[in-house]
Amino acid sequence: MPSSVITASRLTKKYKEFAAVDGISFEVAPGESFGLLGPNGAGKSTTMRMVGAVSTRTSGELSILGLDPNEHGPEVRSQLGVVPQQDNLDMELRVRDNLIVYGRYFGMSRALCGEKADALLEFAQLSDRAKSKVDDLSGGMKRRLTIARSLMNDPRILLLDEPTTGLDPQARHILWDRLFRLKEQGTTLVLTTHYMDEAEQLCDRLVVVDKGAIMAEGSPAALIRQYSTREVVEVRFGSDRNADVAHEIDGIGDRVEVLPDRILVYTDDGDAVLAEISRRGLEPITSLVRRSSLEDVFLRLTGRSLIE
Amino acid sequence: MSASTETAPFLKAAIKPRRFGSWYVAEHRIRALQGYYKTLLATSIGSPFMYLFALGVGLATLVDKNSAAFGGVGYLQFVAPALIASAAVTATSDECTYPVLMGFKWNPIFFGMNAAPISGNQIVNGVFIGVLARVLPTTVIFYLVMLVFGAVPSPAGILTIPISILSGFAFGLLIARYMARVEEDVGQPAFIRRFVVGPLLLFSGTFFPLGQMPIYLQWIGWISPLWHGTELGRDVSYGQSEPAWLMVVHVAYPLALCVYAWIATQRVVTRRLNK
Repeated sequence: MPSSVITASRLTKKYKEFAAVDGISFEVAPGESFGLLGPNGAGKSTTMRMVGAVSTRTSGELSILGLDPNEHGPEVRSQLGVVPQQDNLDMELRVRDNLIVYGRYFGMSRALCGEKADALLEFAQLSDRAKSKVDDLSGGMKRRLTIARSLMNDPRILLLDEPTTGLDPQARHILWDRLFRLKEQGTTLVLTTHYMDEAEQLCDRLVVVDKGAIMAEGSPAALIRQYSTREVVEVRFGSDRNADVAHEIDGIGDRVEVLPDRILVYTDDGDAVLAEISRRGLEPITSLVRRSSLEDVFLRLTGRSLIE
Repeated sequence: MSASTETAPFLKAAIKPRRFGSWYVAEHRIRALQGYYKTLLATSIGSPFMYLFALGVGLATLVDKNSAAFGGVGYLQFVAPALIASAAVTATSDECTYPVLMGFKWNPIFFGMNAAPISGNQIVNGVFIGVLARVLPTTVIFYLVMLVFGAVPSPAGILTIPISILSGFAFGLLIARYMARVEEDVGQPAFIRRFVVGPLLLFSGTFFPLGQMPIYLQWIGWISPLWHGTELGRDVSYGQSEPAWLMVVHVAYPLALCVYAWIATQRVVTRRLNK
């Protein structure tokens, strides 16, 4: 096997003058779980479509499993499983038929499609819904069916674009569990997300993307170590007082970030910071000490929140 | 990195989709058609009975008193080749409107197919093969009902089946090409049905010879694939006599439209998938 299954170098996609993806470079190793983290409109989906060999790049180099998707689109796609941002399941077909028909697109025999479909319905916990109409499934079930569909061809790389956006917490956890199993089986996962908890749960390594460019790269833990402190203290003094109080807090902790609804104090010792705040006679309405997350990394890198 | 040995299995994996992808898409269309085949079958059988009875038997009792205008045959024989052609046009325009609009919009399965190894061209081919799967039984059933009514004097009348399908495709594929570009559904399907397919039926020499129309309206017939299919159907069905060159035009013109619209639809779809 090559040392990397995906190699992108100065990958660019322009729509007229606007560069949706502006010269990004990254590599993904076999079996790795790689994430693109960034806000909406950062260029994640466009990158995914280029990697998925359905969108032609404007410039730069891209190699998927050693093949150039411009020349070998169908060959590249035969090795990929794709979970798009919007489910594009076939409403005209029943649940199990959706899988069978999709398997046929890869040239699989009808018998093999049937076998795989049953196994994957089991995996996606949808066996009892095999004959249901797609429309009757819940959002989480549709998502699981889309993932099952993407696995029909035993893909070497699974591309997931915002896999849990729009799902309730329980449905997200079921989905993460399924994805985690795939990861354990050695499937290479590439996913985009604007949820930091999702990135932390699923990604071995990720790039933080903003405005079509890569801001930082590393494992979630390493990024947090590099760009944030161990802990964060969140204090709220009420929307109109936060800004006034901010300068009184200045100097406490390593760094202070004032948001419209709260103040974040970055530190390695949260309790000490809280004690110092109350020693100065400040009485926050609410306070909490938490561990740093990728959200903090993003805030540090771009000065903006991930979800706006 | 010895790309050749490492990538060899991947190159092999796409051989079948590259070769048969169009058929896989057609298979999907046919599977989808099965969902409402009972309705389709009922209309395919019911509608020829209805039209042939109303026009060929009912209206004919009046019209046949003036049969000179219809080339010496009964009105039933005159109108039957036109009705089978218009049945083909209606069926193909349906199948070229909704599946194309849906595939991009309401039920965007084209993107799913394209994420698998299927190309834009293959999607178009598959949809069009699916159209054939709908229009072939429609016209065959129509022809059989025509036989029941005694509407086909010559055995060569069986050629009205491929002739009708050709007219249907010439017209339907143009619609498909148009629908493939539609981003917002603001009622284009209904518009096409009422203001394009409908008038086409009235102005293509269907119910009376095109020559009966004022000369300044006859051009509608000349550019209408339905008129060409209807006239050629009359040539084979009861031996209406036309110059040879015109018969060549009746085949060549719709064929040219098919080729143009097929290629143009492939281009539009491929471009739209590659965002």
